[in-house]
Amino acid sequence: MKRLIPLFEHAVKKPVWDCRMCGQCVLHSTGMTCPMTCPKTLRNGPCGGVREDGGCEVKPEMTCVWLKAERRSHSPINPGRWEAELNHLRPPVNNQLKDTSSWINLLSGADRRAPAGWTGEIVEDSADLLVGAALVEIDDPSSLPEGFHS
Amino acid sequence: MSRLSELLASGTRPVVTAEFPSIDGGGLAAVERAVADLKPYVDAVNATDNPAAHAHASNTSIAIAMHQFGLEPVLQVVCRDKNRLAMQADIMGAALHGVENVALLTGDDVTAGDEPEARRVFDLDSIQMVKVAGGLAEGHYLSGRAIKEPPTLFIGAVENPFAPPLGYRVERAKKKADAGARFLQLQIGYHPDRLEDFVRGCVEMGVAETTALLPTIVLTKTGRALSFMNDSVPGISIPQATIDRVAGAGDKEAVAEASYEVTVELAQHALSLPGVSGLHITDFRHDGSLARLVEDLRIGPSQIKEQHAHRPQLV
Repeated sequence: MKRLIPLFEHAVKKPVWDCRMCGQCVLHSTGMTCPMTCPKTLRNGPCGGVREDGGCEVKPEMTCVWLKAERRSHSPINPGRWEAELNHLRPPVNNQLKDTSSWINLLSGADRRAPAGWTGEIVEDSADLLVGAALVEIDDPSSLPEGFHS
Repeated sequence: MSRLSELLASGTRPVVTAEFPSIDGGGLAAVERAVADLKPYVDAVNATDNPAAHAHASNTSIAIAMHQFGLEPVLQVVCRDKNRLAMQADIMGAALHGVENVALLTGDDVTAGDEPEARRVFDLDSIQMVKVAGGLAEGHYLSGRAIKEPPTLFIGAVENPFAPPLGYRVERAKKKADAGARFLQLQIGYHPDRLEDFVRGCVEMGVAETTALLPTIVLTKTGRALSFMNDSVPGISIPQATIDRVAGAGDKEAVAEASYEVTVELAQHALSLPGVSGLHITDFRHDGSLARLVEDLRIGPSQIKEQHAHRPQLV
């Protein structure tokens, strides 16, 4: 099931929104325009490279994703709350959620979990943050994650 | 606090920032020469981060060297080349050496440079990075891990008042200001009307209250340079009338002079707008025009006469 849901989600969202399966969907707050289709994957608005005709800096033939997002956010079919969310500050992408189901992550709350420092929280006892340091003490090298030695 | 932040907060005169030339070799002597060229005319200078996606001596190395040679650096950090770990490390590392001003940008795409095959990073966007840098100054990394003696940072960003969606640019500036940007160096632009609308919007939305606005002025000397920017640099548009005025001025000298006049007019207009704290100058001429410009405008550290400038509440 855990493998099937992301497949199903992608099958639905790819044709409609060109979904990239970031696992932390913000479509409703970006005028139903996927910010991960921006070549710079910007989640907080357009960069300074938007062309005079509204074309993307990187792919001139494509209209800037954020130009579309801004326009669509004011669409009458969009609830007012969603329109207001366009200017919300979206936290950094959690790359660990890539290719997982945003539907499951929405239900579990995983898509809203930002690093402690994002909300200004200081982790005084930071032992739990030093996972890498702990790994060095492992005796059996074969138990280390793939790529650890590179 | 940095000298730049104190100067901007005092509002005693329009502040001048500029771009440090790209350095590729020649040792610290090359940096020292460029510092000597700029120092009399500017208050702070950006140590650029692989400008236009071309590799050069790194932003941190140049910022540290500038600081040591007595020129106030602004460490420019773009999100294109490094992930969140590396960007935090660069800011912390430069701060160890006394670099306090940071300007955080999305950055041109890799396709703008000479190594378009490179992997683009964009792990964070510029607004997220502004907030993360604010966290460093407050005493923690993004993870929440504590920094016992946090660095003093004066954090800024860039906004483009001249690129679509024009009506949205003020809101984006506000978003950056809310995330913690205390100064905004604006993009290169040749549309005074768009700058005027943007600055007015920033004043109305309270952005200019918390954040110093520094419009960018460019020194060029040919019509070709203007055409190139208009045709080949995404996000920059130049009215055909402006290009024609410069290109059609006559011989080489007349063209250079017409180009200078365009720059002066744009600069005077920018400085006349309520809410503007100074100018950011990009010099593509490298012929001493920077000195002439700050003298003609009576701005920058060489001007003894005090004059009024917009006074944002930066703290």
